Amino acid sequence: MVMDLIEKHPILEFKHGKKVKFTFDGDEMEGYEGEPIAAALHANGVRIYRVTPKREQTRGFFCAIGKCSSCFMVVDGVPNVRTCVTPLKTGMRVETQRGKGVIAMDAD
Amino acid sequence: MRTRGKVKGLRQTEVLVIGGGPAGLSASLEAASLGCQVTLVDSDLALGGQLIKQTHKFFGSKDERAGTRGFKISEILLEELERYKDRVKVHMNCTATGFYREDGVVSCVIGEDEYFRIKPGKIVMATGAQERLLPFPNNHLPGVYGAGAVQTLMNVYGVAPGKRVLMVGAGNIGLIVSYQLMQAGVEIAGIVEAMDRVGGYWVHAAKVRRMGVPIYLRHTIKEALGDRVVAGAVIQEIDDRFQPVGKEIQIDVDIICMAVGLTPTCELLWQAGCEMVFVPQLCGHVAQRDLFMRTSHPDIWVAGDAAGIEEASAAMVEGRIAGVGVARSLGKDDSSEHSKRLEEYRRRLADLRGGEVGQKICQGLECCTVNEWGV
Repeated sequence: MVMDLIEKHPILEFKHGKKVKFTFDGDEMEGYEGEPIAAALHANGVRIYRVTPKREQTRGFFCAIGKCSSCFMVVDGVPNVRTCVTPLKTGMRVETQRGKGVIAMDAD
Repeated sequence: MRTRGKVKGLRQTEVLVIGGGPAGLSASLEAASLGCQVTLVDSDLALGGQLIKQTHKFFGSKDERAGTRGFKISEILLEELERYKDRVKVHMNCTATGFYREDGVVSCVIGEDEYFRIKPGKIVMATGAQERLLPFPNNHLPGVYGAGAVQTLMNVYGVAPGKRVLMVGAGNIGLIVSYQLMQAGVEIAGIVEAMDRVGGYWVHAAKVRRMGVPIYLRHTIKEALGDRVVAGAVIQEIDDRFQPVGKEIQIDVDIICMAVGLTPTCELLWQAGCEMVFVPQLCGHVAQRDLFMRTSHPDIWVAGDAAGIEEASAAMVEGRIAGVGVARSLGKDDSSEHSKRLEEYRRRLADLRGGEVGQKICQGLECCTVNEWGV
């Protein structure tokens, strides 16, 4: 999947950082390091970020300021990560969150 | 395994500014310029708040850089911040999660798992605003996005939110974001507005009308269509009592952008026990404040949209006033300098609020402003 980005803009010039690879539900994708995970997913055409516990409704991007909990996902095994304000890093494992998520207990 | 919930010890700072948008940046700069040591926390990944996504040229007044595009104003503030970097410590991606009344400590989290506690001498709450949403069936579907979120996606990260958008709300934000979407190559199917006239400035409305975008006045969104993501919208005309009348119109869109207003972000002010009052003209509950932007809590100031929804130019001046206020209460610099600056900033605010829109703001402010708290 190629990132779908705005190429021509009358006013803005977009300065993206380093391009890195990450996975979404096992599929390899590309995004820019340091930009929100949610933005990288959106550029890759992903719209559904989680599924609610009771009614199994889909949720996605919504407020983009880390307040609404719509974009909670499982990132590197950790659930309920606010992907709209969490920067993308190389090799991140991003997964659709189903339900409330399970918090792994620390081994150390 | 990754460790969750690291907690570090208690930090100290003379001044804690919560929020690095136009108000918080201005408050930090002003306090630093008067000799205060400032810690600035911001929950986003970049400073500047909503300024960084504003591509339009500001109105307001010359003192507040009318004619300059919003994101450029942010760059100017950040250049100024660079000059005070030895006095302003910045924490990005850092959310202030709580204020503890018993000891005045603020808890913060960086990212998702690095917690710290900080004991500030004085606090400026410049937490900004959050968007309102309307209740309608399927408003939870991915594709129903807040207008601010749409701006972030396209103007900060260069990602088009979708192909075809229904804008809900013809206030300034709805109009500006519609125009920005078109600049980004996205089609606007229409703008719905519950009132019988456009709420935003005429110049913004004229821009979208020139591009042939239909504005449906006295209409509202009835429901979002789609199973897993937005696949369309149904709109309908409403009567004087906002009840649906007339036939439903189905619109083929993949994005429904909500621009139905903002409300001040004031959870921390409530937690701190600041005296709050509901002021419709300022779009929600706001803290009572004096002419220095000090709340009823002697160590807490407020500025910008958190003090009442207005716009970025006024937020910057309020931030400056709050910055002088905290410096003054900490006994920094001489009082003649404070008086000179305050006089100047109050003149600038009066200039900004001189117009028709300013009248509504001034009415609202009368409901929540005291001259000065008896401290």
